[in-house]
Parts: sequence; structure tokens; C-alpha cells
Amino acid sequence: MSLSLILSQLLNGLQFGVLLFLLAAGLTLVFGIMSFVNLAHGSLYMLGAYFAATAYNHTESFTFAVVAALAGCIVVGMLLERIAVSRLYGRDHLDHVLATFGMMMFFNEMARIIWGVQPYFLPVPEMLSGTVDLLGISYPAYRFAIIVVGLIVAVGAHLLMHKTRLGMLIRAGSVNPQMVGALGVNIKLLNAFLFGLGAALAGLAGVMSGPILSVQVGMGEPVLITTLVVIVIGGIGSVSGAFYAALIVGIVDTMGRAFLPTLLRDMMSREAANAAGPALASMLIYILMAVVLALRPQGLFPARRT
Amino acid sequence: MQTKSSFGLARIVPAIVLLLLAVVPFAASYLEQPFYLTFFGRIIIYAIAATALNLALGYGGLVSLGHSLFMGLGSYSVAIAAFHEVDSGLAHLAITIVVCALVGLVTGAISLRTSGIAFIMITLAFAQMGYFVFVSLKQYGGDDGITIASTSKLAGLDLGNTMTVYVVAFTVLLALLLWMARLRISPFGMVLRGARENARRINAVGLPSKRYQLLAYVMSSVLCGIAGVLLANLNAFASPSTMSWMISGELIVMVVLGGLGSVFGPLLGVLAFLGIEEVLKAYTEHWMAVFGPLIVMVALMGKAGIIGVLEKFDGRRKRGAATATAATAAQPVAQAKESAA
Repeated sequence: MSLSLILSQLLNGLQFGVLLFLLAAGLTLVFGIMSFVNLAHGSLYMLGAYFAATAYNHTESFTFAVVAALAGCIVVGMLLERIAVSRLYGRDHLDHVLATFGMMMFFNEMARIIWGVQPYFLPVPEMLSGTVDLLGISYPAYRFAIIVVGLIVAVGAHLLMHKTRLGMLIRAGSVNPQMVGALGVNIKLLNAFLFGLGAALAGLAGVMSGPILSVQVGMGEPVLITTLVVIVIGGIGSVSGAFYAALIVGIVDTMGRAFLPTLLRDMMSREAANAAGPALASMLIYILMAVVLALRPQGLFPARRT
Repeated sequence: MQTKSSFGLARIVPAIVLLLLAVVPFAASYLEQPFYLTFFGRIIIYAIAATALNLALGYGGLVSLGHSLFMGLGSYSVAIAAFHEVDSGLAHLAITIVVCALVGLVTGAISLRTSGIAFIMITLAFAQMGYFVFVSLKQYGGDDGITIASTSKLAGLDLGNTMTVYVVAFTVLLALLLWMARLRISPFGMVLRGARENARRINAVGLPSKRYQLLAYVMSSVLCGIAGVLLANLNAFASPSTMSWMISGELIVMVVLGGLGSVFGPLLGVLAFLGIEEVLKAYTEHWMAVFGPLIVMVALMGKAGIIGVLEKFDGRRKRGAATATAATAAQPVAQAKESAA
């Protein structure tokens, strides 16, 4: 286990973490303010990737691909909000789970009808196809760019939430939506805007992971579950909690998969390690979540409600 | 919530469904369509699982998105025992009950420390853990699943026979429904339903609501495990995909579709779910594109489900009869008022 290997895996974890943050930020905003459980968030991520791949195939421009993904996801997100989601805000979580479960089925099937079962490929933009030298290791420039974009979005989200009037309304809305509405803020518009923003972030995550993973039907579900783990660990409704938790989960998951099997092989018989290693590695984040919830049911960095 | 009509559609329709399910084996052998036996056998087994989930979800108000874990554990109790050449049905059943009760107790106790969305997520997390454990058990087939060579032998019956497993499953379902009807109005059921509405009040009365909920969760886990045993025998196959969270989601949809917290709702929900799926599949391979929006509509309409619709219909008919008599009685008064004006 050389230091450079550990360092590059750490960077991979960081890169996965910021991708998770993009998804978790949207999910936790919608949950924190409207108390809405959105299982269809993974579908928006998938649609983002498909929109980007389609736009790229037509224009051969990665910039257009990004624009298409963002615009497409905002439109789909706002439409969803208008048609179904806005009618469900006051209802309990079971209705949300049910409705968004149905949406997920719908979007998966629509993607299968429109784009077929063959996976799509979105190439790495030419500008970022090289590697970056970082502390003595060469790291793919594209993955490095993901980390940078993710951090920029995180800073942007922080500024939006804490330095702007809109952010103030969002924070106020998460504590007492009726009161904010009574003060003359169009809370419906605010909700629709937030849902659109969440969808855009999901779309952005979709485009960026397009060149790393293959774009295919059902790609949203595994990452959705991981994202849900992130927001629960971070504390539901807290954007900064989502940021820290996303990094923790990203790094724990990546490092666990990379090093846990070898580590176990040193500790127990080869046969047992071969069986337990991969299982334990893929369970690691769920174990982390169960432990966090058992000790701190409100999450590690709960949103302040005072 | 509960209409007291003794002979409404809400009672008649489930009775007809059960009667038809009892006739299926005869019809299937008469028509020489063994497919029907497997299809309705699957409906019965899912109805057992959905009814079990309803105990936690409907009676207890515990939204568990991880109940497929217990179905999977039940299936693997048969598969792994059979792999090691244990084909006694009693052994399979005992393993399932012990394993599901233990896992249910531990996961339930941890999950119940939280509530709301965190409860949904933590049950989901436990199911995911189970899924990954069985995916990585390469000697038991890994993610390909495992074929069951020798099915459960129970009291002289071989559950490998589709007809036998059908009859056994149907008997289990009948017993379960009877028990659920009794449980619903028993002191235990009352406390459970009370805790769903207002746990603080139940605690204030001096009853530990969490302990009731935990017991309901464990019982529903074990019953789901038994459904898993039957499913493994019907398919002669166990697969980790039984534990995937999509199955948990489908179980929730089935319960809500039929009617949350009612005795016969889950049965009707399963019938509607698998029935619609089968019909849509006959028309298009993209049945989920139609089915998804349907689920969204069910969610938008609220949780009364099919049973709720039937009860509403019963209520309207009864009220219709009542208002008709009231209207004739009120007429002279109205006329008197008019003439006075």
C-alpha cells in the first residue's frame, strides 16, 4: 500500500463525495423546506446524463451538453412540481414515497422507450482529457475538474443560503413556511424554484458522471440510495451537513472498496476474507448510517431550527 | 374510519376474491393451464407478505421500506438449508422464524429510535445490507441466485408441487386474514392503532407504545419470512433480488393500493397490482410507463385504497336510503315554511 495509491484513492473518494453533494444538496433542500421525500431525484440525475449525451451527439460540444442537461432538468423538475409534487406537500411521507416511486418507474421506462436499452457514452471533453500532477501523482484532469466544480457549487450554495435575500427566505421557509407566506412571500413560487434548483443540481451531477459511468436506464437508483444515506447522516435539511456527510460517505465508500479486502486478508484466513471483504465494503456506508442514526437520530450536522 | 356495515361491498368483494382463489386449482386443472396456478399462487404469497407488512405499516404506522429483507431471509432459509441437504419443512420454518425474529428484533429496536423519514431510510439501509451480504455469498450463488434442489417436506406434503404449495399458501392466507381481523380489534391492535395516531397519549395512559410497535414489527417480519419460504418453494429458486428495495417499494404500493390498515386491503391491492401488471404486459412491454403514473394517481387520491372506495360506495348507498326517508319527512315542514312566508 503505497502513499501515492492512498492519495489517489482519497482523491477518488473526494470526487465521488462532491458528486454526491450535488445530488444531496438538491434533495435536502426540497426535504428541509417542503418536507418532501423525493425518490425521483435519481431519475432527474439519469435524465441529466441522457440529455447531455443526446445534445453532445448532435453538437459535439460539451458546453452544449451541460446546458442541455441543466435546462432539460429544470423544465422536467418544474413540470413535476406543478403537476404532482405541489399537491403532496401537506401530506405524509408515505404518500411522497408512493408518488415518487411511481415517477421513478415512469422515467425509467420512458428512458428505455426514447433511448433504448443500449448504454450511451459521453466522452471526456478534450480540454480535460489529460492528467494533472498533484503532489507527485498524476491524476485525471476530468476527475479533478469534477472536484473543483463540486467545491465551487458548495461555496455558491453557502453564499446563496447565507448571504442573499433568497437564501434568507429559504432558511425562513424551512422553519415556518406559513409565516413566510403570511409576510407576503410567494411561497408557491419559492417551492417551485427550489425544486427546479434541486433538479438542476441533479442534472449537473448527471452530466459530470456521464463520462465516468455509462449512461443507462436505472443508473439513478443506486446513487439515489447512497444520496439518501448522505442526507440522513448529515442531518436532514442541512446543506452544510450534506456537504460534510457527502465527503465522509464518498471517502469511506471509496477507501473501503479499495483497501478493506486487502486489510481483512491480513487479519483472517484468505477464504473468509474473500467472502467478507467485498460484502463488508459495500455495506460500509449503511453500517455507518445505522450507527450514526442509532447514536444521533437527528444526524451529525442537523439544521439549526432556532 | 370503519364502517359498521355487515353486508357492504367492502365485505362482499374480498369474500368473492377468496372464493375465486379457492376455485383456481380446479379451474386450472380443468382448463389445463398450469400457468394460472403459478400466477395466483404468486398473488397469494404476495398477499401474505403484504398483509404482514400491513401489520407494521397500516396498524402500526411504521413505514418500512425494507420488508423485502425478511422475504429474502425466508427464501434463503429454504435455499441454504436445502443446499446442505436439509429438506425438512419444519426445519425451514424454524430457521425462518428464528432468523426473522432475531433480525427483526435488532433492526426494529434500532430503527424505532428514529421516526418519520429517518425510520424509512434506516429500514431501507438494513435491507440493503442484507442484499449485499447475499450478493457476496458466492457459494450460495451470489447475485445469480440459487436453485433449490429439494423443496420443503412438511407433514407428508412436498411443497415442490405447485398444487401443494398453492393449497398450503391459501390456508396460511386464510388463517392470517382471520388473525388480522381479530388482532385489529384486540387490545394489542387497539394500542397499536392508537400509537399510530398519537403515541404520546398512549404513553400517558401508561402503555409503552414503542414496545408495542417493536412487537408488531417483529411479528410482521416473521410473517414476511414465511411468505418468503412459500415463494422459494413456488419458484424453486432464491435470489438476492427478492431483497432489493424495489420489492419493498412494490409491497408498500400493494398495501396502499388495497387500503392501508384494513384487513382485506392488502389482498385486494396485490390482486390489483399483479393483475394490472399482467394485463398491461399483454399489451406492451413498456407497461411501467403506464403503471408509474397510475401509482402517482393513487398517491394523489389518498390512502383509502380499493377498500376505501368500496366503503365509500357502501356508505353512500346507506346514506342514500337514509336521506330518502329524511327528505320525505322534511317535505311538509318546508312546505309549511313556504306558506308561512
